[in-house]
Order: sequence, then structure tokens, then C-alpha cells
Amino acid sequence: MNKRTLIGIVLVLLLACALPFAVSEYRNFQFTLVLIYSIALLGLNILTGFNGQISLGHGAFYAIGAYCAAILMEQAGLPYWATIPLAGALCLGAGFLFGLPALRLEGLYLALATFALGVSLPQLLKYHRLEEWTGGVQGIVITKPDAPEFLSGLNLALNQDQWLYFFTLAVAVLMFLLARNLLRGRIGRAMMAIRDNPIAAEAMGINISLVKSLTFGISAMFTGIAGALSAIAVQFVAPDSFNIFLSITFLIGIVIGGLASIPGALYGALFIQFVPNIADEISKAAPWAIFGLFLLGFTYLMPTGIAGAIRLGWVRLTRKAHHKPSRVTTILP
Amino acid sequence: MDQFIHQVLAGLATGGIYASVALALVMIYQATHLVNFAQGELAMFSTYIAWALINAGLPYWGAFFLTVGFSFVLGVVIERVIIRPVENFPALAVVVVFIALLVILNSVTGWIYSFTIKSFPSPFPEQTLFGNKYMSSHEIGAIGVTLVLLLLLYAFFRYTPLGLAMRAAAQNPESSRLVGIRVGWMLALGWGLAAAIGSVAGMMVAPIVFLDPNMMGGVLLYAFAAALLGGIDSPGGAVFGGFLVGVLENVLGAFVIGNELKLAVALVLIIGVLTVRPSGFFGKVHVTRV
Repeated sequence: MNKRTLIGIVLVLLLACALPFAVSEYRNFQFTLVLIYSIALLGLNILTGFNGQISLGHGAFYAIGAYCAAILMEQAGLPYWATIPLAGALCLGAGFLFGLPALRLEGLYLALATFALGVSLPQLLKYHRLEEWTGGVQGIVITKPDAPEFLSGLNLALNQDQWLYFFTLAVAVLMFLLARNLLRGRIGRAMMAIRDNPIAAEAMGINISLVKSLTFGISAMFTGIAGALSAIAVQFVAPDSFNIFLSITFLIGIVIGGLASIPGALYGALFIQFVPNIADEISKAAPWAIFGLFLLGFTYLMPTGIAGAIRLGWVRLTRKAHHKPSRVTTILP
Repeated sequence: MDQFIHQVLAGLATGGIYASVALALVMIYQATHLVNFAQGELAMFSTYIAWALINAGLPYWGAFFLTVGFSFVLGVVIERVIIRPVENFPALAVVVVFIALLVILNSVTGWIYSFTIKSFPSPFPEQTLFGNKYMSSHEIGAIGVTLVLLLLLYAFFRYTPLGLAMRAAAQNPESSRLVGIRVGWMLALGWGLAAAIGSVAGMMVAPIVFLDPNMMGGVLLYAFAAALLGGIDSPGGAVFGGFLVGVLENVLGAFVIGNELKLAVALVLIIGVLTVRPSGFFGKVHVTRV
């Protein structure tokens, strides 16, 4: 990481820390959701962008994380922070197990299988035998956590929403660091090698099936942690908020944010949080029509997403006369 | 026992509708090797057109055939304008385009016709046929329509020069081009046919599930399961799969797992077929060369 990137990251973090004191409570909540979405998108991007496995059902893992947090808090009485790692671990396992049959499926077929998972999930959550835990159609209501006591001792009185924002920010920073280190390391290289040329990757001694199912698990873990955070932030889980459109929203987020790009997750999260708000004022159905048009537009014209556009713009701006432009990697051609 | 017979026959009726959508999926798969995620929404949109035509005062069958014609044109236009540019892109780009199409059709329909549930007329008489106590006449009619559709398609592909050209274009595009078949247009025709078949399915299912922009979600899933079960490249297999899935769904829903988990049947079928026997019952087994 060069000096300029580091300065940029520090600036963004400072800005993120100042944000809750500068905006209204409602905006603060929206930015908390942006952070949560960015973790979920990061998870999907690890799977789809870096490993080339298409998932149209990641809303399922988001839902598992959310339900796990809700059930642990309301029925087992666990504190909210303890549910995050547990939801992550559960989704890691669930993702790994779903990844095993998914190994035999490629491209369109994997998309199909995960699409089926996404469509049938709300029905599974409503199942009456599970109602004791899931609350059936009504879902579960969660109480909002308070800021810890020691903060007020430090003269830092945060209200609940502000505290939740900082808590989410801390988790998000941790997850982004984790993703960066993972993707730059041996496993990350193996993931990308499998995406680009599975046969060559196997010849290099990579255990394809292990890495692929592991990637599925890790990706599900990220998305599950995001789901748990969302349950705490929204204070409510119900089957119908995890329909297929949630999974499609995630797909839209990574395509528009930028495939195979870590900062792309953040751009995508900003997009899926704020663009529908703006479009909502036109008509109830408009956000999806606009999402769809954006998807088509990006696929045809800007397949590297916002992250690619920013990178390209930066290269163009700072290019010297005899300097070779650095290459922008693409998944979509 | 009566109950069981009733469930099986009702399953055959909905199975006919799944079979039609599965047939549409297979049409597009055969022509382009793509699985069309927007097939359900396309059919839903066509059904709304039919609804608008009927409300404008057209007789049912007039609206029916106008809608089929309109859907055919719509399918051709979508292939030419939207799918063409991504034809040779990797799977991810294609899936993204299909998903974009799905959400656009869904929300535009909601925008134009509102999201409130509407009833859709059936062309078949109210009272049951031949005084039987098992099936409503709409159910019998839906099965009949599916079978007629299948027969027409079979005749088209088997006995007409255009059908032969389309089969050739799907099987071996390079050689077909050399003998003067316009392969690009054959693919567009395939899309048009698929959209037309889908519209028939939409109009047959709408009296049962009622008309709303999300009505095809479940149907599409069952159709996927049906197409995979029969073999994604086999039209006859798709029809067989459709009827089988319809019966399985109804019987399992009524006697084994309850109505709440019906969609899970599709999920299990899809994942099961894909992992155990990806070519389905009648599909060709594909071998990839390293």
C-alpha cells in the first residue's frame, strides 16, 4: 500500500468518525446501514468478484445471520456484541456446507441453484415447526442496545444510534482489514487463480474444491455478520424482508460498486442505500426500474463499476507522458 | 383415495403450466445456451397486456392471440436489443443482464398497472366438464392447451423448413451459416417463440394464482426444476418434468410436508438434480474437454 492510499484511508476514517455528530439521527441510521451493506457486499464480492462463483441467494446468509442474532439476544439473553461472532461462525458453517454441492455447478447453474435458495427462503423462515424460535410471519422484535457506561465517564455521551454507528464502523473496519489480508495472501491468490483458469490452478497444486467451498463459507460469514448487525440496527427481523430482491440488491451493489474490488463494496453500499431514496420520490416502483437500467448501463459501458471508473480516472489524471497506464482488471469484458 | 386422485389431477393441471414455462426456458437454452431468469416476468408482463386488452372490451380469444403475437415481437426485440450485445460475454454478465431485465419488467408492470391483485378470467366454463368431481374445467383446459402447444411446436420443428433451420442454427452455428441460415435471426426467433409460449402459460396460470407483478416467482422456480429434471436441452423432457413437478408439488404439499414448504420442494429438486444427475432424465450428457 503506498503512502497516498494510506492518507486517503485515514482521511475517510476521520470523516466517518466525525459523521454522526454532523448529521441528523435519521441520516446517522442510514449511514449505519451503508456500513452494514458494505460488509455484506464485501462478502459477496469475495465469492463472485474474486472467486468467480455467481450467487443470487446471498440474502439467505444475511437472513441466517440476522435471525441468529435476534434469537440469541431475545431468547438466550446474550449481549448484542456476542451474537456477531456467533452469527459469523454459523454462517461460515452454513456457507461451507452449501458450497459443497455447489462445487459441481458452474456459472449459470450455480446462479440457478442459489436463485432457488433466495426465492424459497422466506417460506422456510415462516415454517410453523420453527415458529417457536423464528416467530413465524410476525418475526422478532429486538431491543436497541445502549452505549456502554464507561463512555459517559469519559464525557463522551453518545445516544443509542450514535453508539451503534461506531460499533458498526469498528466491525466494518475489522472486516475490511480481514478481507484485504485474506485476498493479498496465499488463499486470495488461489481464489483468483481458480477464477481465471481452474485447470492451470489445479496444475499449480491448488486444491480447487477445498478453496471453493472455503470461499463460499468465508463469503457467507461476511454476509452473515452484516445480517446480524442489521438485525440489531433495524431492531426487527421478519421473513418477508429477506426475499429474492434482497439478494438481487446485493448483486446490484457489487456490479455497480466494482467487481473484484475491496473499496467497490463501499461504493456499492452507498449506491444501494441512497439511490432508491432519491428514486422513491418519483414513484413506488421506480427504484427497481432505475436499478435495472443502471445494471444494464454498467454491464455494457462500465463493467468495472464505480471502483474501476475511479481507478481509471486517477490513472488518467496522474499519468505522465511516458508513463504506462496501470492495468485495470476486469471480470466482465 | 378420492383426495389423492384429486391432488394428482390438480397437480397435472398446474404441471401443465410449469411445463409451458419450462418449454420456454428450454427453447432459449437450446438456441443460446443461456438460462433465462426473466422468463417468468416476461410471461407476467404479457398476461397484463392480455388483461388490459380484455378490459378494453376484446373477446377472450381475440385478446389471447393478440397477446401471443405481441409477446413474440417483444421476445424478438429483447433478443435483438438487450441480449445480443452480451451474447459472448462470460456467465456473470449474462446473469446480470437477465436479472436487470427481471427487475425492470417487474417494476414497470407495477408502475403501469399498480401492485394490487387483480382477477383474470378463464376462457373455460364455470361448471365442471362431464360432471366429474375431480377437476375444474379450467384445469382440464390448461392441460389441453399445454398439449396443443406441444403438438404445434413438435410439428413446427419437425416438418417446417424454418423449424429445421432453427434446429440447425442451435446445433451447429458455423455450418449453418455456411449453408446460408441467418443464425442471429434464428436465435431471435427462438426468443420470440419462448416469449409467446410463456405468455400462454401466464394466461393459463393467472385465473388460479390471480394477477399481480410477483405471481410468476414460484412458477419460474418450479419451471426451472421441471426443465432440469427433464434435461435442460430436451423439450419433451421439459414437458414431462413439468407434469412430474406439478404432481410432486401437490401430493407432497397435501400429504407429507404441508403447503408451507412447497417452494422448498423446488429448491431440493433443483439442487438434487444438479448434483446427482445434471443432464436430467432425457438431456444429453456433456463432457468438457480439457
